[in-house]
Amino acid sequence: MSNKVPTPDELSKIDYKPPKRKWMDTPVEFKPGTWCYGSRPKYLEAVGMPNPRDWKPSDEDWKLPENWKEIFLEGMEERLRKYRSFRLFMDICVRCGACADKCHFFIGSGDPKNMPVLRAELLRSVYRKYFTTSGKLLGKVAGARELTVDVLKEIWYYMYQCSECRRCSVFCPYGIDTAEITLIGRELLNLLGLNTDWIAGPVANCYRTGNHLGIEPHTFKNSLEFFLSDIEDITGIKIEPSFNRKGAEILFVTPSGDTFADPGTYTCMGYLMLFHELGLDYTWSTYASEGGNFGFFTSNEMAKRLHYKIFAEAKRLGVKWILGGECGHMWRLLNQYLDTWHGPADFLEEPVSPITGTKFENTKSSRLVHIAEFTADLIKHGKLNLDPSRNDHLKVTFHDSCNTSRGMGIFEEPRYIIKNVCNHFYEMPEDTIREKTFCCGSGSGLNAGENMELRMRGGFPRANAVRFVKEKHGVNMLANICAIDRAALPPLMDYWVTDVRVTGVHELVGNALVMKGEKERTVDLRNEPLTSKESKEE
Amino acid sequence: MGALLSLSTALILVLIAFAGVKEANLHFLFGAIIPYIAIITFIIGVIYRILKWASSPVPFRIPTTCGQQKSLPWIKHSKIENPSGTLGVIVRMALEVLLFRSLFRNLKTELREGKVVYGSEKWLWLAGLAFHWSFLIILLRHFRLFVDPVPASLHLLESFDGFLQIGMPRLFITGIILLASVSYLLFRRFYIPQVRYISLANDYFPLFLILGIGITGVLMRYFIKVDVVNTKHLIMGIFTLKPEIPEGVGGIFYIHIFLVSVLFAYFPFSKLVHMAGVFMSPTRNLSNNSRMKRHINPWNYPVKAHTYEDYENEFREKMKKAGLPVEKE
Ligand code: SF4
Ligand code: SF4
Repeated sequence: MSNKVPTPDELSKIDYKPPKRKWMDTPVEFKPGTWCYGSRPKYLEAVGMPNPRDWKPSDEDWKLPENWKEIFLEGMEERLRKYRSFRLFMDICVRCGACADKCHFFIGSGDPKNMPVLRAELLRSVYRKYFTTSGKLLGKVAGARELTVDVLKEIWYYMYQCSECRRCSVFCPYGIDTAEITLIGRELLNLLGLNTDWIAGPVANCYRTGNHLGIEPHTFKNSLEFFLSDIEDITGIKIEPSFNRKGAEILFVTPSGDTFADPGTYTCMGYLMLFHELGLDYTWSTYASEGGNFGFFTSNEMAKRLHYKIFAEAKRLGVKWILGGECGHMWRLLNQYLDTWHGPADFLEEPVSPITGTKFENTKSSRLVHIAEFTADLIKHGKLNLDPSRNDHLKVTFHDSCNTSRGMGIFEEPRYIIKNVCNHFYEMPEDTIREKTFCCGSGSGLNAGENMELRMRGGFPRANAVRFVKEKHGVNMLANICAIDRAALPPLMDYWVTDVRVTGVHELVGNALVMKGEKERTVDLRNEPLTSKESKEE
Repeated sequence: MGALLSLSTALILVLIAFAGVKEANLHFLFGAIIPYIAIITFIIGVIYRILKWASSPVPFRIPTTCGQQKSLPWIKHSKIENPSGTLGVIVRMALEVLLFRSLFRNLKTELREGKVVYGSEKWLWLAGLAFHWSFLIILLRHFRLFVDPVPASLHLLESFDGFLQIGMPRLFITGIILLASVSYLLFRRFYIPQVRYISLANDYFPLFLILGIGITGVLMRYFIKVDVVNTKHLIMGIFTLKPEIPEGVGGIFYIHIFLVSVLFAYFPFSKLVHMAGVFMSPTRNLSNNSRMKRHINPWNYPVKAHTYEDYENEFREKMKKAGLPVEKE
């Protein structure tokens, strides 16, 4: 049912010149391919969110509750009281425009309301009207406007064209984080039942089954077992991981996407192989079977409700600490939110690598270790037998994920790992990596099918940088540490770049890892032939 | 529209002061009462704004990390761009406030033949920095009118500022920098289409106001000379709470001081509060240490969650069949 996406040639003709008409007088236009379907009532009911009903964003009538305006404004007042960030960001923007051309959605669409500053002004104008004296008195002159249904629709449209990547906040002289504003904006919309189906569905699934995809416990176990037979075919090694096992030392939590679809599944195989090789005393959980959290794209409370299971499961199983897999927004939450929501994690122990004895001092309170920290430490201590030439058929570049970059700062660990497991690694241009990295265009629950044009537009700057290293160095593999990237980047590459595939870092580790007692490998984890020694010498 | 409105407002303000003093002889109003009201509004207003922000807590630790986190000991930690403790935060904030670190990152994004290219774009940073610093120095220089005798540090500042040694009275370089940078900031609001598109009357108005203040100041110092002794007398009067209006203080002075008063009174109600707000920005003034030390949310409340018990109750049979351990048989 997805809309027809224009060709790359058509799409890359972007006009950055804003229209003549002023933005407040320009009504919102719901362009096909740029928005997601409205949430179905069953999903909202499943978690007790307000105003469940059938609705379409393109409908004239959104079936809002009668007192919708009151609800919205009261919600706003409450959040102004609860979040200094929100109140401050409503007040101090000077409209200098430094953030304007930093947003990938603006770069890819030219729509002026996709400039972070204007995205925020959509909400700020309502704030001025109802919460500031000058706005009340002077109205439009002071940049204030009435909250009407059309304004609400406009806010909805643009709150769901922000992937909450925080790139704008890096460049803002006051650190104004439009992602924070959009998160709160979405929270307000959710008070009226205005979620997208693509977010509400995973939330409902996750609440019941523990993961976004709604995988039930037995199926979760089955899908991992499926990978085990693949691993056995490739390496000759039989692996038997444990599930929901009490008394394990470590609980491993990762996004469910990796257990479900290519190419994330290969990353998952990488984890399984690494842990087996180390003889790690760890367990999977079918209950805490999701590290990601689409609740975060709904409301803070929903996020907190979904992430309850992580510490709860660690406590029930009596593990010592938690190891987290490769995921973007999961790690922003594990780094900046989880311990505040559900801590203190005093039932856990300060994490120590059982292989190297390294104490992970940086997580001595929340006791959550990122797998890239864990693996980098192993490599540094020489605990892994690696043959990077098994990745010689790959020319790799690394995409920093938004959340792990700007909400954590894990830059060197994955690079260190890649350089140790691959011989060919090339960085993308400096202005497109690390804290300045570009979003895949599909973060924060925008990775649906019906908004494909938006995703291709949003991913344009990232794709452009990949194309650059492809042309310059022949790069054919785009590595990352995020499950949404692994789902979102392949279509982006096919659309803009072609012949560049996408991998998790631990897939590369799995390829290079020389396991005790393995048979000679002829194929990589994707069952594709390795470059043979002979052909390399030619 | 917004620009025109702001310009005319600023011009009307000039006329009001001029007419008020020249025609209506309201010297005391413009020379004493209005400045008092302005100063009081400024102080109370800014304090109110700060308290208002401070009254909302910081529930989560959300710094925008712009460098390598502190993790393993052998990985080089970016102590300033991604601080893990108070010292790092202080340095990060100092760079932000004194040198506009984030603005220095500014890039210009352009599309050339289907390719996105990034160029360095430092003009905004330069003009912003030049403007704020010259404004500050000029403000400090004015203290020579508030205190008697003039402290040595002010003499020193003046001799730096007037290092060019041109003309009599000596030319202060900051005056020129201020006028040039404000003009540039105004110019870019008109010239850059995106910036023009987002600009509100509130964005033009302070620029026109400051331009007016700068121009009247320069006029007074170099061209339409005012009686410095009497002017100082008047200003000292205000600051010692014994206001008097001496003879012979020119009309231009009243325009100048009126515009300054408007700026001060307008300050707390406008975006100009960014001056105080920048110190409170949670994406900049927090360290990224929430895994090392638990951050407390004062309004944290228990939420309804799906417990393991609920989960097992629903899936027990399937779990048993799949050989997964269960709590209750
Ligand atoms: S960079 Fe910051 S202050 Fe400037 S327009 Fe953007 S949000 Fe506003
Ligand atoms: S957070 Fe990212 S997507 Fe949202 S406005 Fe800022 S740059 Fe754009």
